Amino acid sequence: MPVAQNAIDFRAVGQVFATESGPLTALDAVDLSIAQHEFVAVLGPSGCGKSTLLRLTAGLMLPSEGAVSVFRQPVTRPRDDVGIVFQQATLLPWASVLDNVTFPAKHKRGRVSAMDRDRAAEVIAAVGLKGFEARLPAELSGGMQQRVGIARALFLNPDILLMDEPFSALDALTRDAMGFELLKLWQASPKTVMFITHSIPEAVLLADRVIVMSARPGRIIADIPVPLGRPRDETALRAPEVQDFAAHLRDLLIAKEAAQ
Amino acid sequence: MSAKADPDLKAVTGSLTRKAPSLPLTERLIAMPVVLPLLTFAVILVLWESATRVFAIPSFILPAPTRIIEGFSAVPPARWGAHVWATLRVALIGYLVAIVVSLPIAVGLAKSRLMSRAFYPLLVVIQSVPVVAVAPIIIVVLGTDDAPRVVITFMIAFFPLVVSMTTGLMATPPELIELSRSLRAPQYREITQIRLPYAIPYIFSGLKISVTLAVIGAVVAEFVAADVGIGFFIQFSTSMFRLPQAWAGLVVLVAMSLLLFQAVSLAQRVFFPWSLPKERR
Ligand SMILES: Nc1ncnc2c1ncn2[C@@H]1O[C@H](COP(=O)(O)OP(=O)(O)O)[C@@H](O)[C@H]1O
Ligand SMILES: [Mg+2]
Repeated sequence: MPVAQNAIDFRAVGQVFATESGPLTALDAVDLSIAQHEFVAVLGPSGCGKSTLLRLTAGLMLPSEGAVSVFRQPVTRPRDDVGIVFQQATLLPWASVLDNVTFPAKHKRGRVSAMDRDRAAEVIAAVGLKGFEARLPAELSGGMQQRVGIARALFLNPDILLMDEPFSALDALTRDAMGFELLKLWQASPKTVMFITHSIPEAVLLADRVIVMSARPGRIIADIPVPLGRPRDETALRAPEVQDFAAHLRDLLIAKEAAQ
Repeated sequence: MSAKADPDLKAVTGSLTRKAPSLPLTERLIAMPVVLPLLTFAVILVLWESATRVFAIPSFILPAPTRIIEGFSAVPPARWGAHVWATLRVALIGYLVAIVVSLPIAVGLAKSRLMSRAFYPLLVVIQSVPVVAVAPIIIVVLGTDDAPRVVITFMIAFFPLVVSMTTGLMATPPELIELSRSLRAPQYREITQIRLPYAIPYIFSGLKISVTLAVIGAVVAEFVAADVGIGFFIQFSTSMFRLPQAWAGLVVLVAMSLLLFQAVSLAQRVFFPWSLPKERR
């Protein structure tokens, strides 16, 4: 790796869960480095350990083997500079958009300051929800709810953004639109992004690099840069070399499924 | 479009708009909120009244509705007030005690697998004890003022509250718990800011069940030992063969339960409208 500082490092990480049917190896010998401000997509079938990878990075669990570090510090507990976006927006149904976005402040410090509210207004505008501050989640569409989820993750201005299949619950059109908007956000305010997905087009559209994983045990079977410059749009996605790349990813995913 | 098509179209839409407001009578009755149940109730009352007259049923077996109304006036209003207040007071105090006690227990059961393993079976055993059978023992132990009656009410109202609260506290999406942990927030805020509000719909279904159970508890306690209260009044009237009076007491009890139930529902609608299903907000 060049001099650029690594934001996330996995060294020989293994994760074994004790389950009722015996130990389950969710991750095996995972080595992974993500540079600062890099956008990395993690692609794999469900159950291959993608969310486990994310939880380890977030410090929500400790690896059974190997070491996970963030900005060269071993991860021993959750850090302030890591934000998480979940598959479901999981907003608080009783709280307005504004209160949902400022919730990290209220939850962590017990109160919401005027500065917090300014910051919330900023991120709410950034995700395109200006004017919806007073709405309740039930009054929003799925796509808008996930925007609130993203705003909540951006609220504390994290250096690292962990996204666990954030758009997989949305319909196809909303999903594409959200992808482009995420790229805009990321370009306006660069962050290290670990983006988990099982959609090949989504990975190709968004990421600098795609990590492909296999299931049982979860291993990294490929780690490939996306042959596509930035900024990106729909037309760039139709270029033949991009289509070839997507086909290659599909082969990798299918080949390992067949091998099982 | 041809010129001919227009009148046809008009004819079609015309017949549609003419038809729309005249739904069949049954459909309109179903759509109206209170009318149908009231109508049913009125019909039953009329049948009841005529049956008691036609078959000359003695009033100690089944008094006619008009006789029950007379039963109301057999007792002065102040006396009714005293009976109602005695029962209502015990029911409400027992209910409040049940709420206050069940909350920390539910939090413990929801947060700690150890506590849930250790205490849940015990709770089920306590719940399985027929309170009616224990009531006399409790009265002997605690005396004859409000205390034993509150305890009996508490015992009946308590269990559904613990179960609904525990279920609600565990119904939080795991992602929100992970969000809480990722923020390294104090533990108690996970409960006060996430788990408890999330449990509100569950808590209210428990609160609704328990409030009517609390009235039953108060009446059971009065059956065992009391000199005032609707339960006492019903028992006393029955022993004197004043059955219309006893039925009047029963009507008061039903009204009390309904009002309390509606009060709890109203509290949910006013303070936690988001916790109701969309169509009922
Ligand atoms: N806390 C846990 N306890 C036991 N097994 C788990 C736990 N978390 C995940 N697993 C198992 O580990 C495997 C990988 O899970 P996960 O990382 O959620 O996969 P993915 O996100 O790729 O679908 C799955 O088989 C899952 O059942
Ligand atoms: Mg997952």
